[in-house]
Amino acid sequence: MASDHNHSIPLKVYFNILIALLILTVITVVAARIDFGVLNTVIALGIASIKATLVLGYFMHLKYDDKLYWVVFGNAIFFLILLYFLSVLDIFTRIPQMNPL
Amino acid sequence: MSTANTVVKQHHHAHHFQSAEHEYHTSKLGMWVFLATEILMFGGLIVGYIIYHQNYPAMFHAGSQFADWRLGALNTVVLLVSSLTMALSIFYAQKNDKGKMLLNLYMTLACAAIFLIVKYFEYSHKLHLGLAPGKFFSYTGPEAAEFSNLAMYFSFYFCLTGLHGIHVVIGMAFITWVVIRGHRGEFGSHYYTPVECVGLLWHLIDLIWIYLFPLLYLIG
Repeated sequence: MASDHNHSIPLKVYFNILIALLILTVITVVAARIDFGVLNTVIALGIASIKATLVLGYFMHLKYDDKLYWVVFGNAIFFLILLYFLSVLDIFTRIPQMNPL
Repeated sequence: MSTANTVVKQHHHAHHFQSAEHEYHTSKLGMWVFLATEILMFGGLIVGYIIYHQNYPAMFHAGSQFADWRLGALNTVVLLVSSLTMALSIFYAQKNDKGKMLLNLYMTLACAAIFLIVKYFEYSHKLHLGLAPGKFFSYTGPEAAEFSNLAMYFSFYFCLTGLHGIHVVIGMAFITWVVIRGHRGEFGSHYYTPVECVGLLWHLIDLIWIYLFPLLYLIG
């Protein structure tokens, strides 16, 4: 058993990933202080997604593991995106009306 | 199987698995299925947040002014470091280094505790001002006069960070369980599935915070 999946990642890679994640955190904070208008959310979520990819790929070993795990997790992400787009299509194509809130 | 085994606490795979390798991969697949359901649970809340944020950008901006981004950034760094130490504990489990594995697990626990302490101060500050979710909202400052639905931001804030906080507490419980088994010498290169699976859970908790931090503290 041990020989097959013990292709452990070098320690240096883990530390480099942490440094990359910290730098991206600083970039998010700095980017939030600049007003990009409607792009604010897109930029913040974009940087978060880069960070998430690093965590998934290296800390959670998806890059090195059986692709099956990625298919399972990717399914959840796919349905989440589907949920978002269908909700947006519904809510933002409605006839404008007064909202009681 | 009947030969004398002198190793203490040597793990044997369950009889319904063909091999230890088979057991390891099955456990991990099960863990990833669970993580997928977690993403769907948090994802529903986050999609709701993004849509209402697009509907009421000014109100969410006013609400997020109460969330101190410095504390959010501190907690982000704390969780990222805890993710590293968790990954290192698995690394050392694979290398049969029990001492360093346990040390990294303890550091992960310490980071989780720091996270919760910071969260406690954030929560008590908000609740002190009356910035509670839903019908418990009792804040009467100028922002509340300007935005009649300001409570909505705090409903999202407490639902998202509260559910995340519960996950941190549960994650700490599982890490403690792994620490106890680690002290008994159950883990090594031959068997470290529980460390690996608890690690996956912990990284997911970090992953969710990576999204919550900009959403709640920065882009409001």
